Amino acid sequence: MRRIKFYRLLDGLVPFIAVAAALAVGAIILLLQDTNPLTAYEAMFKGAFTNKNGLADTLVKATPLLLVALGVAIAFRGGVINIGAEGQLIMGALLTTYLGVELGDSLPGPLVILVCLLGGALMGGAWAALPGYLKAKMGVNEILSTIMMNQIAIQIGFFLLRGPMIDPAELAAGTGIPHSARLPNTTDLPRFTDIAGWLGLSKSAEEMGLSGFAAEVYGLLVEPTRLHSGLIIAAILAVLVYIFLWRTTIGYRIRAVGQNQAASRYAGINVSRYIILSMTLGGVFAGLAGSIEILGLHHRMFEPTAVSAGYGFSGIVVALFGFLHPLTIIPSALLFAGLLVGGDKMQRAVQVPQVLITVILGLVVLFVVSADILVRRRATRRVSVDEPSPPGPDPGADTGTGPGAGPGTGTTAEAIS
Amino acid sequence: MNENLTAMAIVLGIMHSGIRLATPYLYASLGEMFGQRSGVLNLGVEGIMLVGSFFGFYVVFETGNPWLGFAAAAFVGALMGLLMAVVSVTFKAEQGISGIGLSLFGLGVSSLLFKTMLGSVEGVEGFSELKFCFSSIGIDSTFCLSEVPVAGEIVFSHSVMTYIAYALVPIAAYVLGRTTWGLRIKAVGQNPEAADSLGVSVNLVRYITVIVGGLMAGIAGASLSISLLGVFQENLTNGIGFIAVALVYFGGWSPWGVMAGALLFSTVSSMQLWGQVLNLPIPSDVAVMLPYVLTIVALALPIRRAAQPAALTKPFTRGEN
Amino acid sequence: MSEDNLLPSGLPRIESLEMRGIVKRFPGVLANDHVDFDVKAGEIHALLGENGAGKSTLMKVLYGLYQPEEGEILLNGEVIQTHSPTDSIAHGIGMIHQHFMLVDNLSVAQNVALGLKSTREPRLDLDVVSKRIVDLAEKYGLQVDPRAIISKLAVGERQRVEIVKALYRGAALLVLDEPTAVLTPQEVDDIFVIFRQMARDGHALIFISHKLDEIIDLTDRVTVLRDGRAIGTRPTAGVTKRHLANMMVGREVLLERVRVEREVGEVRLQMKGVTAINEDDKQVLKGIDFEVRSGEIVAVAGVSGNGQRQLAECIAGLFPVKDGQIKLEDKDVTNLPTAVILAAGLSYIPEERMHDGVIKNFSVAENLVLHDHVNKPYSNGLFLNFKNIDNHAQEMIADFDIKTPSKDTPIKNLSGGNIQKLILARELSRRPRVLIAAQPTRGVDIGATEYIHNQLLLQRAEGLATLLISEDLDEVQALSDRIVVMYGGEIMGIVNSNEASIEELGLMMAGESLEKVRAKTAEEMTAANNQPE
Repeated sequence: MRRIKFYRLLDGLVPFIAVAAALAVGAIILLLQDTNPLTAYEAMFKGAFTNKNGLADTLVKATPLLLVALGVAIAFRGGVINIGAEGQLIMGALLTTYLGVELGDSLPGPLVILVCLLGGALMGGAWAALPGYLKAKMGVNEILSTIMMNQIAIQIGFFLLRGPMIDPAELAAGTGIPHSARLPNTTDLPRFTDIAGWLGLSKSAEEMGLSGFAAEVYGLLVEPTRLHSGLIIAAILAVLVYIFLWRTTIGYRIRAVGQNQAASRYAGINVSRYIILSMTLGGVFAGLAGSIEILGLHHRMFEPTAVSAGYGFSGIVVALFGFLHPLTIIPSALLFAGLLVGGDKMQRAVQVPQVLITVILGLVVLFVVSADILVRRRATRRVSVDEPSPPGPDPGADTGTGPGAGPGTGTTAEAIS
Repeated sequence: MNENLTAMAIVLGIMHSGIRLATPYLYASLGEMFGQRSGVLNLGVEGIMLVGSFFGFYVVFETGNPWLGFAAAAFVGALMGLLMAVVSVTFKAEQGISGIGLSLFGLGVSSLLFKTMLGSVEGVEGFSELKFCFSSIGIDSTFCLSEVPVAGEIVFSHSVMTYIAYALVPIAAYVLGRTTWGLRIKAVGQNPEAADSLGVSVNLVRYITVIVGGLMAGIAGASLSISLLGVFQENLTNGIGFIAVALVYFGGWSPWGVMAGALLFSTVSSMQLWGQVLNLPIPSDVAVMLPYVLTIVALALPIRRAAQPAALTKPFTRGEN
Repeated sequence: MSEDNLLPSGLPRIESLEMRGIVKRFPGVLANDHVDFDVKAGEIHALLGENGAGKSTLMKVLYGLYQPEEGEILLNGEVIQTHSPTDSIAHGIGMIHQHFMLVDNLSVAQNVALGLKSTREPRLDLDVVSKRIVDLAEKYGLQVDPRAIISKLAVGERQRVEIVKALYRGAALLVLDEPTAVLTPQEVDDIFVIFRQMARDGHALIFISHKLDEIIDLTDRVTVLRDGRAIGTRPTAGVTKRHLANMMVGREVLLERVRVEREVGEVRLQMKGVTAINEDDKQVLKGIDFEVRSGEIVAVAGVSGNGQRQLAECIAGLFPVKDGQIKLEDKDVTNLPTAVILAAGLSYIPEERMHDGVIKNFSVAENLVLHDHVNKPYSNGLFLNFKNIDNHAQEMIADFDIKTPSKDTPIKNLSGGNIQKLILARELSRRPRVLIAAQPTRGVDIGATEYIHNQLLLQRAEGLATLLISEDLDEVQALSDRIVVMYGGEIMGIVNSNEASIEELGLMMAGESLEKVRAKTAEEMTAANNQPE
């Protein structure tokens, strides 16, 4: 019994050990740069989590990370590896911008917001559906095809932003910077400070007599910061994804296909259809992320890779770290958002380039997938008939009661063409 | 008459560029091909190329010696190949994801080192173009093959790294088809249990092919920064590594197929570059898209799918069937 | 017997090989429990036991694929180490695996040369290898073409390649792991001739099997393993099948099963002229015609690879039917989606149960509703009804005696026999009209086998129409009312099971049509009658 508990604990700790190991390597790199790692990491942590603007930036970044990671997790559970979130996000953002600019002045704000969100999500889904179709019907490796789709989306973005979607003001000024017009203010997603205003809370933290961390949190929620309601949308969706995957028949089928295509076929499940669906849903969430970034944060579309900001890749890390389970992905998104925001603060504090965070992200991925061997070894232990029953379900299993397993070698190996 | 000459010059230019631009793809794809033939998918090629291109560039920048630069890139590439081998073969990690992780890592490391060690974009000189000139003793003039009309410009005026890259194709074919090593690689990728039952060390073969693949990816990256472009900047490769992996599929896991794919790809890229130079009415953004669209189309073609090594992406453990 | 103690391949014999006190553990399982085993030159020694008894494990220890926790191996009296197949091969131990260790897209010569040093390192010397292959093959009476690509060879030919491969490496002792599993009775006779000659030539042979008839026919001694322990070693001449079976199982075994003759009902499954081709444009089913009625078990016999799997898959909508018609009761189900056919009343127990029948990481409860999760009462179409799913699981676990810690245990933690029972539970509880059971007891221990056979007969009594696909002729004869023999995608003949002889079945399995077989029998009888006294 004790052995089982030990392994379950180890299981849960693996991502944390991976992050710690990655940070340790990062520390070594910092030392080689003649920088004190503790100072650097302290600047990172403080910058991201201890003051209201840092917290706001972290939560604002956590929103697209959470959404992309949800999409990636659904896709992984369906047996497809979606590396195309960058491109899907960009396409979603592009369509949202277009709809926002065209409709924003003629229709009521909330309606436009709804149309933009739906449009962005569907656009992202469509962008993912093609690689999904290619994989399902022609066995094309989806990692390669989605990477190509990313590049194509970036080029489409540049083309549109230099051409049909360019800000008329740019044309007038003759500067030609590739960005769109600013969306009408009615299309802005309400910020937390706006919501606080509707609820009648308008005093500042000082006026409320708060200090310290409590003041920062209060300020985050009430005073003007960048924090917008996209976070709420994302959090609600995370819960819905959980219900979807484990409590509906469609979710059951997605997971079945992801675990074992052959058995799913034999059970009458249309494997092609669910591969395409899994991939498309991945794109829907990424497209939605792009949409929310435009409506909540940027309010215009500009250089595609700056808008997607690598979320397509860091979202994968968030998903892996979060056991591919929607509920644990939420804290994972917060952690990695903090890492990204902290990286920027760290650069200002100790002059170490922000790309160190990219190094750390890459290492986290490597460590998490390497540690999988521990999980799998233990998980294939046979239960002898005479042993007393172990308590509860095996955490390596794909049941909804515990954190789910990552795509096993067998199944995702099948998923790669 | 003048227009014809210009058209001719353009075609020659495209062909010359096409052959030249294929160089990094050739190195990277041939290396990846060996790894995939033995059953390992390495999507970290992009990251390895970036690290190789930085280190190669940096060493040439400091020493002025291109050979040293390529040696450094090869060494670093082999190290990263070793890392991939440990993760994929020993830890049996999910190969697609670990490759993406390695690419992220390589992107981060190369960018970080670039920012801290070089800071700004500078240029270096790589190998000069070989002209294949001969002079006879006693006679004053020299005769250069590269000055032969048409053929000279296309075939005979490339840098030594390009020639080596193309020379590697028949070498790779020979190794794969006619040596005991090649036989082991093929067997390990198709039926590792069978190879194991005959005393072939599956994991050792995979380690070697992945390390060699990394070495060649490092050289590929260096050929980009040292030879082709003469500069380094962040994310210099911008997807070339992934395309190189796709070319292995496209080439049906055979060296000649890979070469055909690399040439096709680089010729299309070079047409796009020339198109820009000539101010053709195609918007540059659309033209830049072409190679990626082409890759997707190539991946979707049903040719040679049967040649895919049966054990590709499947780690091997004795006793597990 | 050779005079100079050399084998036809020119290498010295292994006079004796002894395995003493071998202990091999896996997580949760003691596969070999202090096993002693020995074999001498010129002897064919059988290793008998049920699946899971430890035979394959013991031999893998010998061959260097596994390392034992305790025990030693003595060759000609001296202790040897076998840390890897290379060691064992160097000592003259060769293994013919049950699942051939051949790389299918390479040639025979390439497969034989794999892993060996070439005379022209690093270049291959396939010409030298090919010549030696041909020499060896002649000496041993085996037909092998060094240039042939493995994927183009038939099963029997591939087995010969495996034998040549072992002999090429100087095997003096050969371990034969279930060599007859994929052969027709005639092919079995042919290969036994070769084995006997090899023994006479001085080789030592270890024959792993669970087929009592073959052991009695071929071997000199037999050692029985059960649950990891060696139960006993006897000279084959001194034992009966019944004796061996009892040792194998540990109790009295009924080798005969009683099947009651029944009235059959209406036609439930009808195949009319069904033809199918695979992706290489090869015809895998040619004009299949037969029917299965309520209350009968029709067995499809034949060596695997003759279209049986495609037959089952065509019925289930998993393989495209090119011509012809399949009807489930009155409904034409040809080429309909699998989900529709399952809903129309078909249940299918697939051959590869771990691969095709269950989802490893799903729980017992989730696996039990794999087919019906969209239907009431397990869901309302969109949302799953866990209360009903769980109740169903508890019922099935109780009714079918599935041994599992709980309904939420992931299925990969269950034993093979219990997984098979779970699949049976799932398929039967759907109240199907037609059941296809493909190799239902392959790899299953005898207790679960008995249970499954009883269940099938019970269902037959209640009117189920069953199509049983099995390679096990004993099982076929015991359970079925009628037997359909397939060869090369065609039906060679359909006979009533109480009228067919093993010989006739064997001939049909090898490609002779029923008419020819009956004609031959008639001829022989006439010839016998016309013999002068």
